[in-house]
Amino acid sequence: MKIYGVAILAACYLVGQFIGDWFGRVFEMSGNLGGVGFAMILLILLNDYLNKKKLLVPETEQGILFWSSMYIPVIVAMSATQNVKAALTGGWVALIVAITATSVCFLLIPLIAKINRIKN
Amino acid sequence: MQNIINILDKNGLIFAFLVVGVIMYLSFLIGKKVTNNKIPAAAIAISFGLFIAYFGKGEKGIASIPAFSGMALLGGSMLRDFSIVSTAMGASFSEIKKAGLAGVISIVLGIVIAFFVGGVIAYFMGFTDAKSLTTIGAGACTFIVGPVTGAAVGASSEVIAISIAIGVIAISIAIGVIKSVFVTIATPIIASKIQLNNPHTAMVYGGMLSTTSGVSAGLAATDMRLVPYGALTATFSTGMGCLLCPSILYYIVQQFI
Repeated sequence: MKIYGVAILAACYLVGQFIGDWFGRVFEMSGNLGGVGFAMILLILLNDYLNKKKLLVPETEQGILFWSSMYIPVIVAMSATQNVKAALTGGWVALIVAITATSVCFLLIPLIAKINRIKN
Repeated sequence: MQNIINILDKNGLIFAFLVVGVIMYLSFLIGKKVTNNKIPAAAIAISFGLFIAYFGKGEKGIASIPAFSGMALLGGSMLRDFSIVSTAMGASFSEIKKAGLAGVISIVLGIVIAFFVGGVIAYFMGFTDAKSLTTIGAGACTFIVGPVTGAAVGASSEVIAISIAIGVIAISIAIGVIKSVFVTIATPIIASKIQLNNPHTAMVYGGMLSTTSGVSAGLAATDMRLVPYGALTATFSTGMGCLLCPSILYYIVQQFI
Protein backbone atom coordinates (compact mmCIF):
# COMPACT_ATOMS: atom_id res chain seq x y z
CA MET A 1 0.00 0.00 0.00
CA LYS A 2 1.26 3.44 -0.93
CA ILE A 3 0.30 4.83 2.46
CA TYR A 4 3.01 2.65 4.05
CA GLY A 5 5.59 4.57 2.09
CA VAL A 6 4.05 7.89 3.06
CA ALA A 7 3.99 6.72 6.68
CA ILE A 8 7.68 5.74 6.56
CA LEU A 9 8.48 9.17 5.15
CA ALA A 10 6.36 10.84 7.84
CA ALA A 11 8.16 8.89 10.56
CA CYS A 12 11.60 9.95 9.23
CA TYR A 13 10.42 13.56 8.95
CA LEU A 14 9.06 13.68 12.50
CA VAL A 15 12.08 11.97 14.08
CA GLY A 16 14.34 14.37 12.13
CA GLN A 17 12.34 17.35 13.40
CA PHE A 18 12.59 15.99 16.92
CA ILE A 19 16.38 15.56 16.70
CA GLY A 20 16.80 19.02 15.18
CA ASP A 21 14.66 20.57 17.88
CA TRP A 22 16.56 18.69 20.58
CA PHE A 23 19.90 19.96 19.24
CA GLY A 24 18.46 23.47 19.19
CA ARG A 25 17.72 23.21 22.89
CA VAL A 26 21.03 21.58 23.82
CA PHE A 27 23.04 24.29 22.08
CA GLU A 28 20.63 27.01 23.23
CA MET A 29 20.09 28.32 19.72
CA SER A 30 16.76 29.38 18.33
CA GLY A 31 15.11 27.12 15.79
CA ASN A 32 15.53 23.64 14.44
CA LEU A 33 19.13 22.58 13.86
CA GLY A 34 19.35 20.44 10.75
CA GLY A 35 16.08 18.55 11.23
CA VAL A 36 15.59 18.14 7.47
CA GLY A 37 19.15 16.85 7.09
CA PHE A 38 18.73 14.31 9.89
CA ALA A 39 15.44 13.14 8.38
CA MET A 40 17.16 12.65 5.00
CA ILE A 41 19.93 10.57 6.58
CA LEU A 42 17.32 8.47 8.38
CA LEU A 43 15.42 7.86 5.15
CA ILE A 44 18.62 6.85 3.30
CA LEU A 45 19.57 4.45 6.10
CA LEU A 46 16.08 2.98 6.28
CA ASN A 47 15.90 2.66 2.49
CA ASP A 48 19.27 0.84 2.43
CA TYR A 49 18.20 -1.45 5.27
CA LEU A 50 14.77 -2.30 3.85
CA ASN A 51 16.25 -2.92 0.41
CA LYS A 52 18.81 -5.32 1.86
CA LYS A 53 16.08 -7.23 3.70
CA LYS A 54 13.91 -7.07 0.55
CA LEU A 55 11.11 -5.57 2.60
CA LEU A 56 10.56 -2.52 0.41
CA VAL A 57 7.94 -3.45 -2.19
CA PRO A 58 7.59 -1.13 -5.21
CA GLU A 59 4.09 -0.10 -4.12
CA THR A 60 5.44 1.20 -0.79
CA GLU A 61 8.26 2.95 -2.59
CA GLN A 62 5.73 4.70 -4.83
CA GLY A 63 4.27 6.45 -1.79
CA ILE A 64 7.65 8.09 -1.13
CA LEU A 65 8.50 8.72 -4.79
CA PHE A 66 5.25 10.63 -5.27
CA TRP A 67 6.39 13.19 -2.74
CA SER A 68 9.86 13.45 -4.21
CA SER A 69 8.27 14.24 -7.58
CA MET A 70 6.25 16.98 -5.83
CA TYR A 71 9.26 18.81 -4.48
CA ILE A 72 9.86 21.17 -7.40
CA PRO A 73 6.12 22.12 -7.55
CA VAL A 74 6.20 22.73 -3.79
CA ILE A 75 9.29 24.94 -4.17
CA VAL A 76 7.47 26.84 -6.95
CA ALA A 77 4.52 27.47 -4.61
CA MET A 78 6.95 28.58 -1.93
CA SER A 79 8.66 31.01 -4.33
CA ALA A 80 5.27 32.46 -5.25
CA THR A 81 4.58 33.27 -1.60
CA GLN A 82 7.81 35.14 -0.86
CA ASN A 83 8.20 38.81 -0.08
CA VAL A 84 9.73 39.50 -3.48
CA LYS A 85 9.06 43.25 -3.46
CA ALA A 86 11.22 43.68 -0.39
CA ALA A 87 13.88 41.38 -1.83
CA LEU A 88 14.25 43.35 -5.06
CA THR A 89 16.68 45.73 -3.39
CA GLY A 90 18.88 42.70 -2.84
CA GLY A 91 18.85 41.69 -6.51
CA TRP A 92 22.49 42.57 -7.02
CA VAL A 93 23.51 40.67 -3.91
CA ALA A 94 21.76 37.58 -5.34
CA LEU A 95 23.54 37.85 -8.67
CA ILE A 96 27.02 38.52 -7.25
CA VAL A 97 26.78 35.89 -4.50
CA ALA A 98 25.52 33.23 -6.91
CA ILE A 99 28.14 33.81 -9.62
CA THR A 100 31.11 34.21 -7.27
CA ALA A 101 30.35 31.31 -4.93
CA THR A 102 29.62 28.99 -7.86
CA SER A 103 32.78 30.01 -9.73
CA VAL A 104 34.97 29.26 -6.70
CA CYS A 105 33.40 25.79 -6.44
CA PHE A 106 33.93 25.20 -10.18
CA LEU A 107 37.62 26.09 -9.88
CA LEU A 108 38.17 23.57 -7.08
CA ILE A 109 36.70 20.60 -8.98
CA PRO A 110 39.94 19.58 -10.81
CA LEU A 111 41.93 19.83 -7.57
CA ILE A 112 39.56 17.61 -5.57
CA ALA A 113 39.12 15.16 -8.42
CA LYS A 114 42.87 14.49 -8.18
CA ILE A 115 42.62 13.12 -4.61
CA ASN A 116 41.67 9.56 -5.53
CA ARG A 117 43.86 9.48 -8.58
CA ILE A 118 46.97 10.10 -6.51
CA LYS A 119 46.01 7.32 -4.13
CA ASN A 120 45.34 4.88 -6.93
CA MET B 1 -17.87 35.73 -10.92
CA GLN B 2 -18.37 36.09 -7.17
CA ASN B 3 -19.40 32.42 -7.06
CA ILE B 4 -16.18 31.33 -8.72
CA ILE B 5 -14.08 33.40 -6.33
CA ASN B 6 -15.97 31.94 -3.35
CA ILE B 7 -15.27 28.42 -4.52
CA LEU B 8 -11.56 29.20 -5.04
CA ASP B 9 -11.36 30.79 -1.57
CA LYS B 10 -12.88 27.72 0.02
CA ASN B 11 -10.65 25.27 -1.86
CA GLY B 12 -7.34 27.07 -1.65
CA LEU B 13 -5.02 24.07 -1.61
CA ILE B 14 -6.75 22.37 -4.54
CA PHE B 15 -6.61 25.58 -6.57
CA ALA B 16 -2.91 25.82 -5.71
CA PHE B 17 -2.35 22.36 -7.25
CA LEU B 18 -3.96 23.64 -10.44
CA VAL B 19 -1.98 26.91 -10.47
CA VAL B 20 1.37 25.19 -9.87
CA GLY B 21 0.53 22.53 -12.44
CA VAL B 22 -0.11 25.21 -15.05
CA ILE B 23 3.13 27.02 -14.09
CA MET B 24 5.09 23.76 -14.44
CA TYR B 25 3.54 23.06 -17.83
CA LEU B 26 4.29 26.56 -19.15
CA SER B 27 7.84 26.34 -17.80
CA PHE B 28 8.50 23.04 -19.52
CA LEU B 29 7.10 24.52 -22.72
CA ILE B 30 9.32 27.63 -22.44
CA GLY B 31 12.32 25.46 -21.54
CA LYS B 32 11.80 23.31 -24.59
CA LYS B 33 10.74 25.81 -27.24
CA VAL B 34 12.56 29.00 -26.19
CA THR B 35 15.77 27.74 -24.58
CA ASN B 36 15.98 24.42 -26.45
CA ASN B 37 16.19 22.56 -23.09
CA LYS B 38 19.32 24.53 -22.19
CA ILE B 39 17.83 25.97 -19.01
CA PRO B 40 16.25 23.50 -16.55
CA ALA B 41 12.45 23.76 -16.42
CA ALA B 42 12.70 23.71 -12.62
CA ALA B 43 14.70 26.95 -12.63
CA ILE B 44 12.24 28.58 -15.04
CA ALA B 45 9.28 27.47 -12.89
CA ILE B 46 10.81 28.84 -9.68
CA SER B 47 11.64 32.15 -11.40
CA PHE B 48 8.02 32.16 -12.59
CA GLY B 49 6.96 31.70 -8.96
CA LEU B 50 9.12 34.59 -7.77
CA PHE B 51 7.74 36.69 -10.62
CA ILE B 52 4.07 36.18 -9.71
CA ALA B 53 4.92 36.74 -6.03
CA TYR B 54 5.67 40.29 -7.08
CA PHE B 55 1.97 40.84 -7.85
CA GLY B 56 0.90 40.02 -4.31
CA LYS B 57 0.16 42.88 -1.98
CA GLY B 58 2.51 42.17 0.84
CA GLU B 59 4.82 39.89 2.68
CA LYS B 60 3.12 36.69 1.59
CA GLY B 61 3.50 37.25 -2.15
CA ILE B 62 0.66 35.90 -4.26
CA ALA B 63 -0.90 34.26 -1.18
CA SER B 64 -1.98 37.70 0.02
CA ILE B 65 -4.76 37.45 -2.58
CA PRO B 66 -7.46 35.26 -0.90
CA ALA B 67 -8.06 32.97 -3.89
CA PHE B 68 -4.35 32.10 -3.90
CA SER B 69 -4.09 31.57 -0.15
CA GLY B 70 -3.64 27.82 -0.72
CA MET B 71 -0.22 28.55 -2.27
CA ALA B 72 1.00 29.38 1.23
CA LEU B 73 -0.11 25.95 2.44
CA LEU B 74 1.38 24.07 -0.52
CA GLY B 75 4.61 26.05 -0.31
CA GLY B 76 4.64 26.26 3.47
CA SER B 77 7.45 24.84 5.56
CA MET B 78 5.63 21.59 6.43
CA LEU B 79 4.98 20.27 2.91
CA ARG B 80 8.25 21.77 1.68
CA ASP B 81 10.42 19.95 4.23
CA PHE B 82 8.36 16.78 3.81
CA SER B 83 8.89 16.65 0.05
CA ILE B 84 12.57 17.60 0.35
CA VAL B 85 13.19 14.72 2.77
CA SER B 86 11.59 12.34 0.26
CA THR B 87 14.23 13.21 -2.37
CA ALA B 88 16.76 11.30 -0.24
CA MET B 89 15.22 8.15 -1.79
CA GLY B 90 17.47 8.82 -4.78
CA ALA B 91 20.59 8.41 -2.66
CA SER B 92 22.18 5.41 -1.00
CA PHE B 93 25.25 5.01 1.19
CA SER B 94 26.42 1.93 -0.69
CA GLU B 95 26.43 3.99 -3.91
CA ILE B 96 28.27 6.89 -2.35
CA LYS B 97 31.17 4.59 -1.42
CA LYS B 98 31.96 4.43 -5.12
CA ALA B 99 32.64 8.17 -5.11
CA GLY B 100 35.46 7.51 -2.66
CA LEU B 101 37.27 10.05 -0.54
CA ALA B 102 37.21 12.74 -3.23
CA GLY B 103 33.42 12.43 -3.50
CA VAL B 104 32.88 12.72 0.24
CA ILE B 105 35.24 15.69 0.51
CA SER B 106 33.44 17.43 -2.37
CA ILE B 107 30.05 16.96 -0.68
CA VAL B 108 31.20 18.72 2.48
CA LEU B 109 33.49 21.26 0.83
CA GLY B 110 30.90 22.25 -1.78
CA ILE B 111 28.58 23.32 1.02
CA VAL B 112 31.17 24.97 3.27
CA ILE B 113 32.80 26.99 0.47
CA ALA B 114 29.55 28.18 -1.13
CA PHE B 115 28.22 29.07 2.32
CA PHE B 116 31.19 31.17 3.40
CA VAL B 117 31.85 32.83 0.05
CA GLY B 118 28.15 33.77 -0.06
CA GLY B 119 28.12 34.94 3.54
CA VAL B 120 31.26 37.06 3.22
CA ILE B 121 29.99 38.81 0.08
CA ALA B 122 26.62 39.46 1.75
CA TYR B 123 28.45 40.89 4.76
CA PHE B 124 30.34 43.38 2.61
CA MET B 125 27.12 44.26 0.80
CA GLY B 126 25.46 45.40 3.97
CA PHE B 127 23.92 42.38 5.70
CA THR B 128 25.10 42.28 9.27
CA ASP B 129 22.88 39.94 11.29
CA ALA B 130 23.78 36.26 11.72
CA LYS B 131 20.37 34.99 10.55
CA SER B 132 20.42 36.87 7.24
CA LEU B 133 24.05 35.97 6.55
CA THR B 134 23.36 32.30 7.29
CA THR B 135 20.27 32.29 5.06
CA ILE B 136 22.11 33.96 2.17
CA GLY B 137 25.13 31.65 2.59
CA ALA B 138 22.76 28.67 2.52
CA GLY B 139 21.12 30.07 -0.62
CA ALA B 140 24.56 29.98 -2.26
CA CYS B 141 24.41 26.18 -1.75
CA THR B 142 21.04 25.55 -3.44
CA PHE B 143 17.56 27.04 -3.68
CA ILE B 144 16.46 24.29 -1.27
CA VAL B 145 19.08 24.74 1.42
CA GLY B 146 18.44 28.51 1.52
CA PRO B 147 14.76 28.54 2.53
CA VAL B 148 15.09 25.43 4.72
CA THR B 149 17.90 27.14 6.63
CA GLY B 150 16.11 30.50 6.70
CA ALA B 151 13.03 28.90 8.26
CA ALA B 152 15.11 26.85 10.71
CA VAL B 153 17.08 29.82 12.05
CA GLY B 154 13.99 32.03 11.99
CA ALA B 155 15.05 34.56 9.35
CA SER B 156 11.42 34.94 8.31
CA SER B 157 10.06 35.50 11.80
CA GLU B 158 8.29 38.81 12.06
CA VAL B 159 10.80 40.50 14.33
CA ILE B 160 13.53 39.93 11.80
CA ALA B 161 11.30 40.78 8.87
CA ILE B 162 10.45 44.13 10.40
CA SER B 163 13.92 44.93 11.65
CA ILE B 164 15.61 44.49 8.33
CA ALA B 165 12.50 44.84 6.18
CA ILE B 166 13.81 42.66 3.43
CA GLY B 167 12.89 39.27 2.06
CA VAL B 168 16.10 37.45 2.87
CA ILE B 169 14.56 34.08 2.09
CA ALA B 170 13.41 35.35 -1.30
CA ILE B 171 16.99 36.51 -1.95
CA SER B 172 18.35 33.11 -0.96
CA ILE B 173 15.95 31.40 -3.39
CA ALA B 174 17.00 33.81 -6.13
CA ILE B 175 20.67 33.02 -5.44
CA GLY B 176 19.94 29.30 -5.68
CA VAL B 177 18.03 29.74 -8.94
CA ILE B 178 20.79 31.87 -10.51
CA LYS B 179 23.32 29.26 -9.40
CA SER B 180 21.28 26.49 -11.02
CA VAL B 181 21.04 28.39 -14.32
CA PHE B 182 24.70 29.42 -14.19
CA VAL B 183 25.83 25.83 -13.57
CA THR B 184 23.67 24.61 -16.45
CA ILE B 185 25.09 27.11 -18.93
CA ALA B 186 28.70 27.04 -17.75
CA THR B 187 29.12 23.25 -17.51
CA PRO B 188 29.29 22.34 -21.22
CA ILE B 189 31.53 25.36 -21.85
CA ILE B 190 34.18 24.54 -19.25
CA ALA B 191 33.76 20.74 -19.12
CA SER B 192 36.99 20.04 -21.00
CA LYS B 193 38.97 22.55 -18.90
CA ILE B 194 38.03 20.78 -15.66
CA GLN B 195 38.36 17.30 -17.23
CA LEU B 196 34.68 16.59 -16.69
CA ASN B 197 34.62 13.49 -18.89
CA ASN B 198 34.53 10.56 -16.46
CA PRO B 199 32.24 9.29 -13.66
CA HIS B 200 34.78 10.11 -10.96
CA THR B 201 35.03 13.80 -11.85
CA ALA B 202 31.26 13.93 -12.40
CA MET B 203 30.74 12.79 -8.81
CA VAL B 204 33.14 15.43 -7.48
CA TYR B 205 31.42 18.00 -9.69
CA GLY B 206 27.96 17.08 -8.30
CA GLY B 207 29.21 17.28 -4.73
CA MET B 208 30.95 20.62 -5.23
CA LEU B 209 28.01 22.31 -6.93
CA SER B 210 25.17 20.75 -4.86
CA THR B 211 22.34 22.00 -7.06
CA THR B 212 20.72 18.81 -8.37
CA SER B 213 18.70 20.56 -11.09
CA GLY B 214 21.68 22.55 -12.39
CA VAL B 215 24.05 19.59 -12.18
CA SER B 216 21.65 17.23 -13.99
CA ALA B 217 20.90 19.71 -16.76
CA GLY B 218 24.57 20.73 -17.09
CA LEU B 219 25.74 17.13 -17.36
CA ALA B 220 22.95 16.27 -19.80
CA ALA B 221 24.27 19.00 -22.10
CA THR B 222 27.84 17.71 -21.69
CA ASP B 223 27.56 13.92 -21.63
CA MET B 224 24.26 12.17 -20.89
CA ARG B 225 26.01 9.15 -19.36
CA LEU B 226 27.45 11.24 -16.51
CA VAL B 227 24.04 12.49 -15.21
CA PRO B 228 23.38 9.77 -12.58
CA TYR B 229 26.85 10.18 -11.05
CA GLY B 230 26.56 13.94 -10.61
CA ALA B 231 22.92 13.78 -9.49
CA LEU B 232 23.77 11.29 -6.75
CA THR B 233 26.44 13.40 -5.05
CA ALA B 234 24.43 16.58 -5.61
CA THR B 235 21.48 15.02 -3.74
CA PHE B 236 23.81 14.09 -0.88
CA SER B 237 25.28 17.56 -0.93
CA THR B 238 21.82 19.14 -0.66
CA GLY B 239 21.07 16.92 2.33
CA MET B 240 24.42 17.86 3.83
CA GLY B 241 23.54 21.54 3.35
CA CYS B 242 20.21 21.11 5.15
CA LEU B 243 22.15 19.46 7.96
CA LEU B 244 25.17 21.76 8.28
CA CYS B 245 23.85 25.24 7.41
CA PRO B 246 21.25 25.67 10.18
CA SER B 247 23.48 23.96 12.76
CA ILE B 248 27.29 24.04 12.78
CA LEU B 249 27.69 26.74 10.11
CA TYR B 250 25.04 28.97 11.74
CA TYR B 251 26.86 28.49 15.04
CA ILE B 252 30.17 29.55 13.48
CA VAL B 253 28.56 32.67 11.95
CA GLN B 254 27.16 33.59 15.37
CA GLN B 255 30.66 33.47 16.84
CA PHE B 256 31.88 36.05 14.31
CA ILE B 257 28.91 38.42 14.37
